[in-house]
Parts: sequence; C-alpha cells; structure tokens
Amino acid sequence: MRHVITLLVENEFGVLTRIAGLFSGRGFNIESLCVAETLDPTVSTMTIVTRGDDQILEQVLKQLNKLISVIKVVDLIEKDFVEREMVLVKVTATSETREEILRVVDIFRGKVVDVGAKTYTIEVTGDEKKINALLSLLKPLGVKELVRTGRVAMIRGSKITTEPGS
Amino acid sequence: MKKTGSQIIVESLKKEGVETIFNYPGGAVLPLFDELQSAPFKQVLVRHEQAAVHAADGYSRATGRVGVVIVTSGPGATNTVTGIATAFMDSVPMVIITGQVPTLLIGNDAFQEADIIGITRPCTKHNYLVKDVKDLARTIKEAFYVARSGRPGPVLIDLPKDVQAESAEFKYPEKVSIRGYQPTYEGHVGQIQRAVKLVMKSKKPVLYVGGGIISSNASKELTLFAEKLGIPVTMTLMGLGSIPGNNPLSLGMLGMHGTYWANMAVMESDLLIAIGSRFDDRVTGKIEAFAPQAKIIHIDIDPTSISKNVRVDLPIVGDCKHVLSKILSFLEEEDVGTFRAGLEKWHHQIDKFRAVHSMNYEQREIIKPQYVIEKIFELTKGDAIISTEVGQNQMWTAQYFPFLRPRTLLTSGGLGTMGYGFPAAMGAQVAFPNKLVIDISGDGSFQMNSQELATVVQYRLPVKVAILNNGYLGMVRQWQEFFYGKRYASVSLEGISPDFVKLAEAYGAVGLRATKPEDVVPTLKKAFSTPEPVIIDFEIDPEENVYPMVPAGEPLNQMRLV
Repeated sequence: MRHVITLLVENEFGVLTRIAGLFSGRGFNIESLCVAETLDPTVSTMTIVTRGDDQILEQVLKQLNKLISVIKVVDLIEKDFVEREMVLVKVTATSETREEILRVVDIFRGKVVDVGAKTYTIEVTGDEKKINALLSLLKPLGVKELVRTGRVAMIRGSKITTEPGS
Repeated sequence: MKKTGSQIIVESLKKEGVETIFNYPGGAVLPLFDELQSAPFKQVLVRHEQAAVHAADGYSRATGRVGVVIVTSGPGATNTVTGIATAFMDSVPMVIITGQVPTLLIGNDAFQEADIIGITRPCTKHNYLVKDVKDLARTIKEAFYVARSGRPGPVLIDLPKDVQAESAEFKYPEKVSIRGYQPTYEGHVGQIQRAVKLVMKSKKPVLYVGGGIISSNASKELTLFAEKLGIPVTMTLMGLGSIPGNNPLSLGMLGMHGTYWANMAVMESDLLIAIGSRFDDRVTGKIEAFAPQAKIIHIDIDPTSISKNVRVDLPIVGDCKHVLSKILSFLEEEDVGTFRAGLEKWHHQIDKFRAVHSMNYEQREIIKPQYVIEKIFELTKGDAIISTEVGQNQMWTAQYFPFLRPRTLLTSGGLGTMGYGFPAAMGAQVAFPNKLVIDISGDGSFQMNSQELATVVQYRLPVKVAILNNGYLGMVRQWQEFFYGKRYASVSLEGISPDFVKLAEAYGAVGLRATKPEDVVPTLKKAFSTPEPVIIDFEIDPEENVYPMVPAGEPLNQMRLV
C-alpha cells in the first residue's frame, strides 16, 4: 500500500542518511522524497512517499520515531490531506504541436516558463493523478525531459502537522 | 574559563561520574591522551580495540553504569565495531569516543581515516561527529543521557584531532533536552489495570522475562509479583538472574536450548506476560506455532519491540520497574488467595513437565562440560560473576548454572559474539576487584581475544577462564552433525590449538589442566584460590551436544531431548 509520511526532523547533517537507512535496510524503495526547512530554521520537514507491506511499514514508522533526530512522524494515509508536486517538462514544440501543447497546458493550469527554438518548458503543479494525466497527454507530443519535485503534503482543516508534539 | 577540547572531555567525564576508561591510543587522539595521562580515571590499556569495547560492556553489565572507551581513528575505530554491535543488540549503555582526522582532512582519504559515523550508524543508539569545540560539552552530556536512558545502548562520539586542541568556554550543561527523544517510563494506567484484570482471569499464566528486567533493575519487583500470585517464570538468556534460578517458580531458560518444562509451559499457557523481552527467533521457534492458546501482554520500554514479531493483545510501553511497581499496587485490591488456589492444576501440570528427563548427562570416564559447570556453581555457591563466550559453552552455562542474582551473567545474547567473554570478564573484574569472575569459554572462542591475557596480567586482574576444550567449534559441529549429515567442515581444532597452559604461562598467568573427572573439583579449587589470572584447560568429551534442542524454525514443543 502507498504511504505518505511527513516527518519533522532536526535540521542538521546526517539526518537524511539515518532515515534513508531505515528504508534501505528493509529493502523499501523511497518513491519520492522532499526536504526543506520549516518556519523554525532548526527544524526540517520531510515528505516521503513509499509503498510496502503495512506491518513492516508500521515497524519502519516506529523505528523512525525512535531516531534521536526525528521529532515527529505522521503517516498521512490515515488522514484527510492535500498533496502536491511540481513538474518541469521540456516538450518538443513544432509548428504542428505548438497549439496543442499550449491548450493542454492551459487546461491543466500550467505555465510555459521557457521557450526555445524547438521546445517549450512547462511548469505544472498538482497531485499525482493530475500530473500523470498531463504527462499521458504530453508524451505523444514528445517529452524530452522531465523533472519532478517529489510530493509535499499537508493535513486539511485547522489541524497542524508541523507542530512538534501535537 | 577557556579549556581545550581534550580538557573539556576530561572535565565532562568527571561530571558524569566516570571512574574507569578502557582505551588504546593512536595518532588522532594524541592531544586527548596527553590530557588523560594526568586525569583521575582508572585507565585500562587493552591489547585490541574490540576487547576495549567488550571490557567496557562487561563493566557496564556487571555494574549498571555507562562503560567508556577511547580509541583512535581509522583502524582503531573500525576495530570497535563488533563490540559496539554486541552492546547495541543487548542494550548495554556505553559511550565510545573515537579520534578522527582533522576537520579539514575529513573526506580526503587521509591517513587512518574511516567514516566511523557512517559505519556505526546502524549499530549505535545514536552517534555524533563534533566539528566545533563549542558543541563538545553538550554532546558529551547528551551522549551519556541517551546511552543510559530509555532502552539503553551504545553512543559514539567522533572527535577530530583539531577539535581536541581548540579551546572554548567550558560550562557543563545541567540538563538535556532533546525534542525528538523522550522515553516513556510510566506505563499507561488504563492499560496496566486491564493487564491486571487479564492476569487475574488467567488459569495457566507464564511470565516470560528478558534483559529489560536486568537493565531496569526490576528483579525485586518481578520476584514479588511472581511470588505473590504464584506465577511460573521463564527467562531468556539475557534475563537469567531476573529471579533466582533456584526459586521454585523459576522454569529456567526457554527457547531453542531452553528447558523442556519452560517450553512446554509456554506452549500450554493461556496467558503470556512478556516483560523486557522481545520475542527473538531463538526464543519463539516457529512463530506461527508459538504459544497458540495464549493471550499476550507485552511490557517494554521500546515501542519498536512491541508487535514486531508476534501480535500482542495488550501492549504497555514503559519501564519494567515502574510498570511492575504499578501492577503490584493494583494487586492490593485483587483476591490473590482465590487466584493462587486456581493455579494449583497448572502447577501440577508443570510438575509433570519437570518430571520428563531432559537435562541429564552421565559423567563417566571423560569430563562432561555440564559437570564442570555444575561444580563451578557448587564451589562458588553461585556467588560469582560468570561470562561466557558463544556456542555450546554459552548454552551449557545457561542451562546448568542457576544464576541467583541479576548482573551476574555477562553473555552476548543478540549478536552472539565469540571472543566476548574473556574481555567482558576482564571489565567486570576491574569493577569488582575482589569478586570471583569466571569466563566459561570454548577452545575456539577463547582464541578470538586471547591477547587480553597480557592485559589481565598487567593490571593483576585475577580472572579465571574455564576452557571447555572439545577440540571443535562445538556448536557449528553440532549443527553439522544434526543437519548436514555429519560432514564436518572447518570445525576441527584438534591438535592445532596452542597448549593453553603454556600460553597462560607465556603471558605470566597461571595455567592448569584437568583431563579426568576426578581432577575437576581440585583444579577448580586451586584456580579459585589463586590470586592471579588462571586459564584452566578442561579436556571434555569432544562430541557432547547441547540438549534439549528445538531445531530452527520448528515449534517449541518439538524438542530433541537426547
């Protein structure tokens, strides 16, 4: 099953390897990972998307909690949450496809952030489904390169994930 | 006042109440050793860094204090890894300080550089690289706190050479606050009440206790609890000594080489009360068939131990001692008399299990290892600190030496480290110079750290080593006999080991040998009355096996008895 895990960690060197080690040691692949500072510069948020056996993942979550540098662990899959990621896509743009690309970008509320002689670079934000849908439309038009940020996620409503100890 | 990094370490160790350090110098710790030379610690120079860690480990297990090790960078640091992993698996509190190349050279493949932080990340409770001398005092304070609190474990501090020489204002922090680390000591009261109810409803309860009882010093509470309700107790290897082995309620050890009655009691029980134990595969056998009729209560300070291997009906996260005290106070309101009367049938059933002859050997013309261990117990009346190596010597000790007190057995349970016992005994002897400390060893294991003979002679540590010499790596041979058609591969040491008596003498220790059963007692008596380190070479039956045995992956009630 797919899990979206949000972690609050100490913003210091070595934390990422401690966390990654718990996944790699059990043969779990990290599908996406996103790390950045929070409002408190001594704390970082990590969003990890992974798939695996629920019982083993429960053990991984406990082990994550046990790490001295980890302040908080939340498995968002048990909650109602919003999830976004951004992609940059470089698409081949010919005289025949330019119009079509722009239409698709428009429908997906994306932006063209760079225009080259034969390419458009497009920026789109959304959840996994939306990004995948966009890509399935752009692929036949000629995707040259693709960079995804990995997912970030947040609980809906007034509850706060990033409050230590909440 | 400003102090150098090295001075800060010495001052901080003093503040932590450190008395003894096991160490080995080298290039990257020269500034620190320069300061240690006049420091008020008892310092033991070992002959190999692995032994320094095992010695600190033995010191820690015997005393309950944090063991301290200081070694150099590179090979000095990597040599500690087996010792650290051993302590990590058995939750032993330790602080290991390793030298490191100067900060500017880190990552440059400098001479004697090793990424010891990377290497020990999975086998320490936590580790620190100190890059700024200003962080040093706080780091040491945290390291000791992390090592001894919660589920204890080894913590490593990697210290670049330049940081040892630089200066900073020294102020030792009063308190530690780590927002990501707040161990739970008090169990959830509601859960504890539910546990008491569950216990009072049970008809065939068994207490299954482990090293958590020893490390939280909960022996007294456990014994009170067991005796108050009349509940039989089985112990893991790490838990031996939790209640006296000669207490009528003790079933001895359970698991692969556990007693017949302990394993049968677990398999027949309707309630298993696991305290400070972790359902290791050597304990449970085939996990699906483990304690099939039992509800399980699991008390442990480490939430990751709970429901890791078996589904638990009632988990309580907390310190064994705290939770047991709470349970005892709730028992005041229960009808203990009726409960005890209700257990009569259960005790009767267990007596029947006890009547099955499963722990018997015949002492004929060749010395039996079990006989040696029984005689060690008789002569010492159990008043000794016993360490073991790993393999048959370890299992026979667990079976035939009824440990009467906690912290009297030092053995590598989780990692199963051969070569652990001798340096661990050495560490315990440093802590208790007047106690009898005996390493029950094998001819294979002893050779994994025999260089420490030089250390015990140098520091006049009168450790006794009883080598059960069967000329084999015995436990591996036993498995090859049972499961690999007696095809003995790389297990024979017959005729190729050194003469252990001469080896002892070469180092300046005393060497004794016993070749006949009637030699055993006089030789032991002579060893125990010798005020120097003694190696005793017992020539034992070469193909004696450890019984009972549950083959790996079989249910606990599938025991080979002879």
